[in-house]
Amino acid sequence: MIVQLSHPQRQVEIKGPKRTKDLLRELNLVVEAHLVIRGDDLVTEDEMLADADQIEIRPVISGG
Amino acid sequence: MNCGKCKTKAVISLPRHNAAFCKGCFTAFVHEQVARAIKSFKMFTPEDRILVAVSGGKDSLALWHILLKLGYRADALYVNLGIGSYSEESHRKVRHYADQVAAAHGATLLVHVVEQEAGAGIRELATLLHRPTCSTCGTIKRYQFNRAAVEQNYDVMATGHNLDDEAARLLGNVLHWQEEYLDKQSPTLPASVEGFAKKVKPLCRLSEREIAAYAVVNRIDYIVEECPMAKGSKMLLYKEVLNRLETESPGTKQRFYWGFLDKQTKPESAAETMTEKDQRTLAPCQSCGQPTTAGTCSYCKMMAKAKTAAPR
Repeated sequence: MIVQLSHPQRQVEIKGPKRTKDLLRELNLVVEAHLVIRGDDLVTEDEMLADADQIEIRPVISGG
Repeated sequence: MNCGKCKTKAVISLPRHNAAFCKGCFTAFVHEQVARAIKSFKMFTPEDRILVAVSGGKDSLALWHILLKLGYRADALYVNLGIGSYSEESHRKVRHYADQVAAAHGATLLVHVVEQEAGAGIRELATLLHRPTCSTCGTIKRYQFNRAAVEQNYDVMATGHNLDDEAARLLGNVLHWQEEYLDKQSPTLPASVEGFAKKVKPLCRLSEREIAAYAVVNRIDYIVEECPMAKGSKMLLYKEVLNRLETESPGTKQRFYWGFLDKQTKPESAAETMTEKDQRTLAPCQSCGQPTTAGTCSYCKMMAKAKTAAPR
């Protein structure tokens, strides 16, 4: 699956199928600081993501 | 994972609340959290005119959105800081929201452009003044938001500070024992003197992740890109540390910040020394004579239990 990441903007390709929480773990990202969006919809950590999915992992932390 | 309320497919789980929600129930949850904060901290009434400080980021646009959806009279002020393409993009996002959503609620967007009044953007001003950019930015924003709220007769100014912002700020203040700043961490700051607007933080019960999720679920188009000036800020480090703790122990951030607020609101008890407290609460153990708060001390209880327990 193609995974879009921010800060800096980049794309990585990850082999599916994979659960959301495992994808975050593989990329060494903390759940509390990120949202996972498939297409236009949020997905929970137990959701299975397929190879064909377009995924965005959006950081939620700002400098405040 | 299903929504704990309506049992349809969940879009977010919230470990600190031991809950999961679908889109509709999550939106209702967020609105309820904001309504609770407004009520419990006496922020404003439906009759009040509110000025929301907006930046184009998720927190301030979500706050404006929530207040309008809850039926409040909320206009907004955007301060264009003149940080190149970042300011252009954030200004565009705010304008888009104001035209496409807020206008239909009768709300107005006010804009202040730093360059027009100061002759330079904040990066140039910070260089001229030999001050850190974030500190220059903070001073300018606080001044302009307060001035607009007072001069244009708003009853209250609302900012998008969330649970993560307040917990991180509290951590920073406690780490450096900056006790003089702790009073400013209340979700409601009164108009203490002539010239100060009342200031409130209606998102103080919600985490950054919850607010970002609200923005995604409600199709609020905000600037995801981080301010280029914030790179390496201490606040980001404190938030990272708190989020690692939160992951291991859900609810850490709210216990830290809400616990602080609870202590602040309770009247200060007469200062009791440790000796006075010990003399009031401790008595000799009935078995060994060492001081204990119970009749028999925990050591004697443990040893008595060990002696009677059957060997494995």
